[in-house]
Formats: sequence, structure tokens, C-alpha cells
Amino acid sequence: MKHGRWRFLVGALVPALVLHVVFVLSPYAQAFYLSLTDWTGVAGEAHFVGAGNYARLGGDSLFLDAVRNNAVMLVVVPLVTIGIGLFLASMMHLGGRGGRRGIAGSGAYQIVYFFPQLLSLVVIAVLWGFVYNPNTGLLNGALRGLGLDGLTRSWLASPSLALIAVMAVLIWSSVGFYVVLFSAAIDSIPRELFEAALLDGAGRWATFRRVTLPLVRDSVQVAFVYLGIAALDAFAVVQVMTVGPGGPDGATEVIGLSLYRNAFQYGKFGYASAMGVALFFATLTLAVLALRSGRKERLELA
Amino acid sequence: MTGGDDDSDPAAGNSGTKSADNPLGVKADAPLEVVIFKGGYGDEYAKKAGTLYTQKYPAAKIDHQGLQKIGEALQPRFVANTPPDVVDNTGASRLDIATLVASKQVSDLSQLLDAPAFDEPGKTVRDTLLPGVVDDGTFDKVPLTLNFTYTVWGLWYSKPLFASKGWTFPKTWDEMLTLCATIKAAGIAPWTYQGKYPEYINDPLLGMAAKTGGLALVKAVDNLEPNAWKAPGLIGAAEAFAELAGKGYILSGSEALSHTEAQAAWSQGKAAIIPCGSWLESEQKGVTPPNFEMVMAPVPSRTSSEGFKQTAVQAASSESYLVPAKAKNPAGGMEYLRMLFSKQSAKAFAESAGTLPAITGATDGLTLSSGLGSVRDAVTAAGSETFTYRFRTWYAPLAKAVDDATGELVNKRITAVQWSDRIQKAADSIAKDSSVKKYTR
Repeated sequence: MKHGRWRFLVGALVPALVLHVVFVLSPYAQAFYLSLTDWTGVAGEAHFVGAGNYARLGGDSLFLDAVRNNAVMLVVVPLVTIGIGLFLASMMHLGGRGGRRGIAGSGAYQIVYFFPQLLSLVVIAVLWGFVYNPNTGLLNGALRGLGLDGLTRSWLASPSLALIAVMAVLIWSSVGFYVVLFSAAIDSIPRELFEAALLDGAGRWATFRRVTLPLVRDSVQVAFVYLGIAALDAFAVVQVMTVGPGGPDGATEVIGLSLYRNAFQYGKFGYASAMGVALFFATLTLAVLALRSGRKERLELA
Repeated sequence: MTGGDDDSDPAAGNSGTKSADNPLGVKADAPLEVVIFKGGYGDEYAKKAGTLYTQKYPAAKIDHQGLQKIGEALQPRFVANTPPDVVDNTGASRLDIATLVASKQVSDLSQLLDAPAFDEPGKTVRDTLLPGVVDDGTFDKVPLTLNFTYTVWGLWYSKPLFASKGWTFPKTWDEMLTLCATIKAAGIAPWTYQGKYPEYINDPLLGMAAKTGGLALVKAVDNLEPNAWKAPGLIGAAEAFAELAGKGYILSGSEALSHTEAQAAWSQGKAAIIPCGSWLESEQKGVTPPNFEMVMAPVPSRTSSEGFKQTAVQAASSESYLVPAKAKNPAGGMEYLRMLFSKQSAKAFAESAGTLPAITGATDGLTLSSGLGSVRDAVTAAGSETFTYRFRTWYAPLAKAVDDATGELVNKRITAVQWSDRIQKAADSIAKDSSVKKYTR
């Protein structure tokens, strides 16, 4: 019997494993190898250059701009998205009178928040490009309509605002998903816990901090990893929306864009692969750190 | 083919005997694979050249493909050494030509250039091309690509608008500044530009620099000579554009507009002048109001000590055709190009695409639209004084550095001197970089 079970397990796993090796692991391995060569992408041959590509990364000012911008996004995008997501989700469950019910129409809100998730990121970027248009855009138009002409800006063309404008789009496009995710997590918290907290005289804020937040912690952790990875990418939005793209003057450059440009426009696939490998390790580190810290917290809670 | 390895000549068995009628030695029944960029000009004109080919070689089977993503389709085929016989390497996803050349993936086209022109007796293909066309495709003294369209860069305005206000297009920069003051006073922004892609405003800036410094300046820049970007001509031109921005002569918000948005603003009369290449008229076809009558003028001169006359224009050929080095039927590929670059096919192209082909006299006898007519007149007036910078195709990362710097310059965030310093630094680092193949002219 036991023997049969092993056969079943092997039979079920091996095909998936083979596919994974061929389509996931082997491209990674190839990228690792290519990052040590000067492959141009159009010739069948490549020369081994050792760690040369990696050494160049440190002196590539545009790449360093990209690292800086990705680092800023890595901090801001997950924090703000999760903050807003949690706020909206808990309002829908606890925002009503007496803190027991959600505010009226919370189901409809949930659908509306989820809307951006239905659009491709490129479509969102194009739409927001129109919104940010300095002369005919919705944002400046609204500001002018409110008599706040002094606040109108060239949002995507000012070095100090462009990255913020891009991050706002990333946050806008992902908040809805996390509202739904956190809503589901809050839904799974037993009602009695909220009622008990209420009977004990806890206010909304205390209920959120002492009951809701600890019990949705796992979801928040996962959200951090996902949003962190999204923030390390951000390629599509930057490519479509920004000046240059990646500008003005590197203000919105991201690693993915540098990688794309070097590979497909400059024909430096080896160097681009080195960027890809660096990005891979950054993402891996992020995921490990986020999940590790989560594990520790859980032990403390137990 | 059996047992073929990478070293065997893929063209073996695909060449015929050369004769007066068949100067390139085409084997009459060898199949021909043609891959064309199918962009704004479509690919009908290239299919017509294919028809000429099958008329002459009825036994040859032509495989014609019109694609938009040339690079993505052909990159794996170059890597596998099975490229097509002719490629129109154009469009946003084209393969970087400098990389292709450095990887020895492109055939020498000298044979084709020296072959008799297809329908102009007594002339070689080389004789029929507009000035600069052969140079544009020459790398290390070897002609490797041949460009089919001829692009001219300049400043565009609406003729009726200027006539109704009594404005004449300026020939010197001082006149330009005076005119801009008048235009601004009339309630129109004097200039706009395609701010999202700062390379558009680079072109008039670099064009003006060339008019001061002449070909020597252009060559010094392209050859990555030390301090080339610190030439007085370049700093002077940068100062001029900083001045234009500083005096508020650029439509506010231009810096964030895409090319379509900026050009639409210009077509709607919100701005009087816009820099662009000669494709502007066909690009604006759908949004230009009737009787707009756009006209292209050369960039004004800033100084009187002229390297080039004011009538000189920045012109370069584009729509870049090449025959891959590993093509199976290179003779057929070149023969196809000989037919494509014939007068009859160029004329048909000029009529349908509204763009100047790279072939002399292709527009003779045609009634041209206002924009295209002005472009042809500008080319005629310039005579031999056409110029182009090559660093954009040779050193793409330097082009990016120049674009970024110019974007900062015309947004008043850096000065002309800072502009030249930071570009010089970028040029020096390319010059030092041993992994980048260098070209000289």
C-alpha cells in the first residue's frame, strides 16, 4: 500500500518538476551564465568576461538611479497600499454604527475598489498619463476648477514629483485587490471576538489594533511580499507614462527599464542579464526577510 | 541541406553567373525571403518590388513577411544563423545596428552600389542616391545598410497663419527671438516640443551647432574627440535654447507632452513652431485642420561665422535595409534591393507614403503636398550642404545622455555649460569603454 502511494506521488510530481526545471530553472541558470559574458543578443557566440558586468553596475549612474528609485518604491508602495487597504477593509466591516457592522453599501464599495484590478497595468498607465497631462489633464483641471491654480504642476516632468506620481498610480491600481484580500481575512475572524471587545468597552481603534490587526497579520505579511516584488518591478507604468522614459533625467528610472534598454536597445544582453541577476537576489532577499520576520512574530503571538 | 555545420557557406549553391543583365549573379530559381517593417508606410511598396523580382525571375519563390516587431522576430534567427535574405530593420523594436555590425551579421553592399541602376541607364545604384545616403549606412568604410527614405529635420509652421499675421520665418537666431516676442504678444505660444521625448528638441539644437561649427564640429562629436561637446558652436546653441525657455517662449507644460499631444497642440494653433522630422505631415494627417498648409523651414543660424549656410539641413536616410551576412540567397537579396531602389518604385512610394525616398529625382513631375513640397525645396536649396550626426546610431547610450541633458536644459534646471560638461563626461566614458566598438568618419 505504502509502495503504491509513493508511486502515485512520484507520478504526480515528476511531470510538474520537469516542466518547472525546463521553463523556470533553466532560464535562470542561462541568465546567470549570460551575465558573465558579453553576449550581444544577435550573434551565436559570446565571450566570457567574468565579473566584469557586475563591476560595471557600480559605475553606471543610471542604474544607481534605478536602484535608488526602486528602494524608495519598496518602502513607500507597500506601506501606503497596505495602510489604505486595511483602513478601507476594516471600515467596511467595522465602520458602521456602534462598530459592529460595516458602513452601508460596503459590498458595492468592494466592487468599485476592485475595478482597477480588471484593467491591464498598461491601460492604467495610459489613462493616468492623460490625467497628469499638464494642460488638458483631469488633475490640473480639477485644481483649476477649485481655484487652486497655484498647485497645478507638470506632474510627470518635474524631477521631484514624477516618482511620487508614478507611485500614486501603482498604489491606486493595487489597493482594491488588498481591500478584498483583507476583507476576506477580517470576515474569517469570529464575530464573537468583536462582540467581546465591544462589551469590554473597546473603541474602534482599540478593536482594530488589538483584535483585527493581529488576526490578519498573515495576510499583511503576504501582501508585503507581493507589493515589494511589484515595487521592484514597476516597469510597465514607468515605460508608458514617464518622460524619456525613466525621466526626467533618471528621476523615475527603475531596474527593469535599465535592463530592458540595455538588452533590447543597446544589444548588451550580458550586461542586462547581470542586472537581472542582481534584481533576482534583491527580490529573493526581500521575500526571505519578510517571511522570516513573519515567522518570528507568529511565535511570539503563540 | 544535410550535414551542414556553422562554418559552411549558407549561400553555397545559390549564386548564378554574372552578366550584363544579371550584374549580381542571381540564381534564377533560388527562393528569396524578405522581412519588411510594416509601419506607417505599410509594406505594399516592398511587395511591388517583389513583383518586379518575380517578373524577372519567374522561377523564384518569394516569401514576403510584413512585421512590426522586427527585432523580436529576427533576433533568434540571427543567433541561429538562419536569417532571411533581406531585412528592413526599422521600427521601435529594430535590432541595434551597431551591435549587428560589430557581430559581423551584415553583408557588404559595395557590389550592389556599383551595379547598374535598375531603370536609369548609364548610372550605378550609387549615382541615384541622395547626398549622405551611402554614408549613413557605412561602418568603418564598408557600406552595410541602405536606407530607403530620406528624412529632413527642421522647424514647422503653418503658412496661412504666418501670412495672416504678417510674420516671416526667421533666418537668424536674433530674428527668431524678435519674432517669438511678437508671437507671444499675439497670445500664441511661440514654440512647443514633444517633451516626453527630449530628442525632438535636440535636433534643432544640434543642427544650429553644426551651422556654426560646420562638418568639423559634427565629426569631432561623432568621433568622440576630447572636449568635442565643449565647442563654442555647441555651447552657443545650448545657450540659445536655454534662452528660448528662459524667456517663456515654449508652451507651458510642453515638457510633459507626448509627441502626439504636442503636435496636436501645434495643429490646433496653440503654438506657432514645432521641431520635427519630415514624417510630421503624414503623422498629423488625421488631426491637421484643412488649409493648415504646414511648411518646414531650416533651423536659423545663431552666428554669422557659418560652418554651414543657413539653408543647410540636417538630413539622414532611414528605413534601413540590409542583407544578413548569413543569408541563404545574398545575391537575390541585393537584386531585390536594386529593384526596390529603382526610380519607378521610389516614385510610387513618394506618391503613396508622402515621404521623400532616398533616390534622386523620385518626386520629379509629382504634385506634392504642402509639407512634402517644402521638404523637397529645402533639400534642393541645401544642395550639397546636408549633414547628420552619426553618434545616435553608433553609441545609443550617448544619445540617451544627450536627450536627458537637453531635457534638463530646456526646463531651466541646468545651464548651457553644465549641459556640455555632463555630455562630455558621458562621451568620455564611452570613449574609454573597451567593450564598445568605435567608429570614425
